[in-house]
Amino acid sequence: MSMTLPVRVGFLPLVDAALPILARELGFAEEEGLALDLVRDMSWATVQDRLLYGHSDAAHMVAPLAIAATLGLGRPAVPLSVPFVLGLNGNAITLRPELAAEVTNVGGPGDISVIGHRFSTLAKARATQGDKLRLGVVHRYSSHNYMLRYWLIATGTDPNIDVEIATIAPPFAADALESGEVDGICVGAPWNSVAVERGVGVVVATTSQIWRRGVEKVLAVKTERLATERERFDPLLRALYKAGIAFIDPEQLDKVSSILARTDYLDGSGEAIRRVVQDRVLFAKGYEPVHIPDFMFQHREAANFPWVSQAAWLYAQMAKAGHVNANAADYAAAQNVFRPDVYRAALGPLGATLPGASSKLEGGITEPTGVGSIQGRLILSADSFFDGQAFDPEDFEQTSK
Amino acid sequence: MRIAIVDESPARAAVIEEGLREAGLSDILIFGERAGVAARIEEFAPDVILIDLANPRRDELEEALAVSRALARPVAMFVDQSDDIAMEAAIDAGVSAYVVDGFAKARIKPVLELAIRRFNAFARLKAELDEAKNALAERKAVDAAKALLMKKRGINEPDAYAQLRKAAMDSGRRIAEVADALLTAEKLMGGL
Repeated sequence: MSMTLPVRVGFLPLVDAALPILARELGFAEEEGLALDLVRDMSWATVQDRLLYGHSDAAHMVAPLAIAATLGLGRPAVPLSVPFVLGLNGNAITLRPELAAEVTNVGGPGDISVIGHRFSTLAKARATQGDKLRLGVVHRYSSHNYMLRYWLIATGTDPNIDVEIATIAPPFAADALESGEVDGICVGAPWNSVAVERGVGVVVATTSQIWRRGVEKVLAVKTERLATERERFDPLLRALYKAGIAFIDPEQLDKVSSILARTDYLDGSGEAIRRVVQDRVLFAKGYEPVHIPDFMFQHREAANFPWVSQAAWLYAQMAKAGHVNANAADYAAAQNVFRPDVYRAALGPLGATLPGASSKLEGGITEPTGVGSIQGRLILSADSFFDGQAFDPEDFEQTSK
Repeated sequence: MRIAIVDESPARAAVIEEGLREAGLSDILIFGERAGVAARIEEFAPDVILIDLANPRRDELEEALAVSRALARPVAMFVDQSDDIAMEAAIDAGVSAYVVDGFAKARIKPVLELAIRRFNAFARLKAELDEAKNALAERKAVDAAKALLMKKRGINEPDAYAQLRKAAMDSGRRIAEVADALLTAEKLMGGL
């Protein structure tokens, strides 16, 4: 038996922190020779600081934040790498009930294009009255922010002019809806459920409806450490991969949801967690949860593979939001954050399916399609955006617009 | 130097403020109330903002600072970026700071070191207080358990205590834990 290596991973108490939690609790880390220690925090800022200053070795992180840290937005620049995606989607847009009633059929999913246009009419009317609608997202550099903006822009709302978008910490999102501090939120599980169950919010769209394969949380590591400590990080990736298999296994659903609900992890309702793990979404209080295909997409179809084109898409959204001044050098730096090379090297020995390409046309797949792989067979199903557009990472013009 | 302390714990904020004042820094404002905190900080226009790492509002504050037109690009930092030991001390203490761009980094260092010492002092005080509170609660439980034994078994206080101690030793637990278990059992059994 070789020596056990300690590794600390920072996380926020969210359902999509599942893979690091399960890697520890189901023994996969130990199997890989790691003593995995998890550090729970209450803000992304603190998760990020611990990672940057060596208090943690890796972190569960909103994907765009890894790019922001690398580019030095709000902090001195520290290059981060993403060798593994912890999951796709899982977020939803929830509005105050009276507002939701004007844009959707309360209680179930609707056509989010129609819902978005109705929302746009309302938002513009409010803006004209000098009383803009306020929407809360979990972080400035979050997929929540960029998915919300994507939906708004595509349905006629200018997120920089017609509404106000502010950051709201998820544990306070339901309170903020109730008090009227915000009119809507785009947050992750289980926080939409919390608002819905309290009767202060109604879900009008899930992010999986906006983009069927939207990149969400990633595992972030300092680039300089990843280069020199592969004996620590490669086993971590393998443990996370095995945790992904367990997460999607229906046989293990009870176990998985009860572990996540524990006070030292999410400290939340086991029932609400169980629901989202099964892709069932409670749209409004008093209604039955509805199954939304791929609501949370944590493992299948090489979901953990860090496609460089995902980083490209995120950078493009950061440019559209005015968070960065698009330039080719930063565009390249952002794409370099995602590290399919490390994924392949670490997971090859496990027999994981390894895509041959590192980048793809995002949103370009409309029906199950076989794609080239250097190991295993990979069939990707539809990854469409709701507006039918595709994102080509090679097209920098499109990015800088 | 103008310093803002963002802290929902008035006790800790006071401990930090006191330390800063003792060091001759007097231009300090504490922001305890969350409502409109970003706007009020902007109005105050501090050079340095201190906030504890565990504050769940840090992301909200950072967003507000990022979009602020009044404050010149405040950047989160821990003392000197090249000083790993100092940064680790800051994180251990649970303090983070935002420094307005262009502010002399040399001037911030003593302030942060002081804040770290004060955060640590507060943590120690709190630990001591918690310990004292626990000790008090434990003593109450032991007293209640003794009284219960005396009543049910018709024995005197030294005997009741001796029984608790023996049960604790036999089961490898602390007396307070045995007392707690006894009281819980009594409650569950409804005094049977």
